[in-house]
Amino acid sequence: MARKLSKPSQSKKSAPKKAVRPVVSKPKSQAKPLSKATPKKGGKKPLPLEKAPAKKAPSAPKAVLKDATKTPSKVDFSKSPFNASLKPAQKIGYLREMLRIRRFEQQALKYYNQGIMGGFLHLYNGQESVAVGTASLMNGHDEIITAYRDHGHALAVGMGMNECMAELFGKGTGCSKGKGGSMHFFAPDKHYWGGHGIVAGQTPLGLGLAFAIKYKKINGCAVAFLGDGAVNQGVFSECLNMAALWDLPIVYVIENNGYSMGTSLERSSAVNGSLAKRAEGFCVEWATCEGFDLYELRANLGAAMERARKESKPMVLEVSTYRYYGHSVADANAKKYRAPEEIELYKSDYDPITRWQNQLLKEKTVTQAQIEKIDDEAKAEAAAAVEFGIASPWPSEESIFEDIYHEVDHKTEAGQTGRFFFSE
Amino acid sequence: MPLITYRQALNDAFAEELTRDENVFLMGEEVAQYNGAYKVTEGLWKRFGSKRVIDTPISEAAFLGLGVGAAMMGLRPVVELMFWSFAYVGFDQIINNAGCVRYMSGGLINVPMVIRGPANGGTNVGATHSHTPENFLANTPGLKVVCPATPYDAKGLMISSIRDNDTVCFMENTLLYGDLGEVPEGSYTIPLGVAEVKREGLDVSLIAHGRAVLTCLAAAEILATEHGIEAEVVDLRSIRPLDEETILNSVAKTHRAILVDENKPFCGVSSQIAALLAEHAFDDLDAPVLRVTALDAPAIYSMPLEKLQLPDAQAVVAKVLSSF
Ligand SMILES: Cc1ncc(C[n+]2csc(CCOP(=O)(O)OP(=O)(O)O)c2C)c(N)n1
Ligand SMILES: [Mg+2]
Repeated sequence: MARKLSKPSQSKKSAPKKAVRPVVSKPKSQAKPLSKATPKKGGKKPLPLEKAPAKKAPSAPKAVLKDATKTPSKVDFSKSPFNASLKPAQKIGYLREMLRIRRFEQQALKYYNQGIMGGFLHLYNGQESVAVGTASLMNGHDEIITAYRDHGHALAVGMGMNECMAELFGKGTGCSKGKGGSMHFFAPDKHYWGGHGIVAGQTPLGLGLAFAIKYKKINGCAVAFLGDGAVNQGVFSECLNMAALWDLPIVYVIENNGYSMGTSLERSSAVNGSLAKRAEGFCVEWATCEGFDLYELRANLGAAMERARKESKPMVLEVSTYRYYGHSVADANAKKYRAPEEIELYKSDYDPITRWQNQLLKEKTVTQAQIEKIDDEAKAEAAAAVEFGIASPWPSEESIFEDIYHEVDHKTEAGQTGRFFFSE
Repeated sequence: MPLITYRQALNDAFAEELTRDENVFLMGEEVAQYNGAYKVTEGLWKRFGSKRVIDTPISEAAFLGLGVGAAMMGLRPVVELMFWSFAYVGFDQIINNAGCVRYMSGGLINVPMVIRGPANGGTNVGATHSHTPENFLANTPGLKVVCPATPYDAKGLMISSIRDNDTVCFMENTLLYGDLGEVPEGSYTIPLGVAEVKREGLDVSLIAHGRAVLTCLAAAEILATEHGIEAEVVDLRSIRPLDEETILNSVAKTHRAILVDENKPFCGVSSQIAALLAEHAFDDLDAPVLRVTALDAPAIYSMPLEKLQLPDAQAVVAKVLSSF
């Protein structure tokens, strides 16, 4: 069973009645782990993960996507068609993006804890590979949308740290002019449609993006993210049906971090094998993969997105990942509903950034010195973003009544007839 | 001018806009092959095909949300709700997404969508099918709410709503679909936020929207012939934006206001008008502002009793007489 630290992994033969966390082969530690966590030495080795049925070779992407029952062979995802031709600069770029997200959020956390940011702060620490991997696969016509854990996706598609940090501080220079906050970042010009606070509320919007892509005959697809808790919202089921019925080019990515707030997956979802498998009931193809390894994520998501674009077909891809902090920073129970050892294990052994660093070191794509330089730059950029955010002015009082009606904002004829706002 | 039904007026508006702008599409339950549950979209699927006129599954939350997502990308969805009562299963999409996404994105996004369908009681279909949510929706800054009473207004307001760059909640009425009225051929628009004085009078202002306007016109006739009272009937047409000027001008002239509303009384549309009059027409008024609204109970099924629940001309006449 997932995440029971003291239990040995179960036999593969036992029918996976409960949710499966695919097994991850532990990387040999080469690079310094990013987190301060020190891997446990000696004693019982924690084995939190159940073995996943192995996948077929990624050179046959379709099989990877569908067939989760065949021969367990160790797959080298770096050879996948989506990874084989990656240039070193691209690979280093992904590392930079992941580090930027992490350092951005760590700065945000610091100031949130000082009480000078409002609202909630849902950190993406630990999940960075998913957003960065996705952004790296977007073709310029693909559209993405996510929920409230949205900082990573925002930075990954190219939003600036300054505008994002300023938004967290509630400043007029923020990406949403201080009107959205942490959960509501948007950049339509970068094909990023937010940032949505209602669990699964974004799932039909993603369907609408896919609908528009198809309607306008654009060579693209929509990728809509949701959490392992969000799959239980009725609207998501409606979406799966309509996506299949109308052949809409959408990939629903379930970022399965094992918990919805303080409720573990086992306590919130009736599952037979995986959450993605539910898609079967709607005639939607599905697959699972791990999100800790960027190559694996890119191989699987790349295939899903390509299929969506080429065949105009939906797919559900469940990605296992992990968040280090609580549901939001205000989550006082972050270490109560899960064992601290579990968190430490993920940090030390499954951290997507450490893994990618190790991978690139092994490939001799980067040196340790380069990594440190990139990291220093990310830290400096994040620190500068904080300065920018703090120094920025609050939004003007008049701005309260701006950005409500397009016609009013643009002073069109339609924006001049009748009264729009009713405060005296 | 040709005499056509309210239903046909809407149908003409759709046909004209579907022809004019290829980004416009119609979507909803039974709108295409079945020709619409109330035949408002009759013939359009045949004429414009499956890309533009689309039958959906019974999934209001998903297809309303799909409409919002498509509108964010620049399409102009016209989404039918078989009844506005069914909006409640998709309310999140209307309020949180259509209503708030522009604000939360600091103006980066707009949602040019029309959500339409009938919103009325009076047809003996019980409480679940008789809701009038114009007050709920108008309570959300970011949404617009329109309630036409006549075929002419229905067409002109619908064309404006489809061309509007914000989300418009367009409320029709199954009891009005068969009403005849003069409607010009071809395109014309009626701006949102402009009320119309549908009958002039000096003695009392009857202020209403939707079918209640017709109730007021009937009451005005009785008041004139039987009581020598000349009532002015103000048709709001649009709830948000609201034409306060026309309301206040009328009350400044008649010094009396009776608000007639098929909405419920508590926090209904008439409550907002009453607040407006209290603030801005206090010195003009010779009598308290009075209201005739739907009775404050869920819509009853029983035929004669449901009639009692909604304002009728006699009730309006009685209320007017009580104010003198
Ligand atoms: C409709 C709705 N219900 C409840 C909430 C409160 N809430 C916010 S996030 C969350 C947990 C969702 O977990 P999951 O989908 O797994 O995403 P994660 O937070 O793990 O990224 C809950 C219950 C909400 N925002 N919206
Ligand atoms: Mg989760």
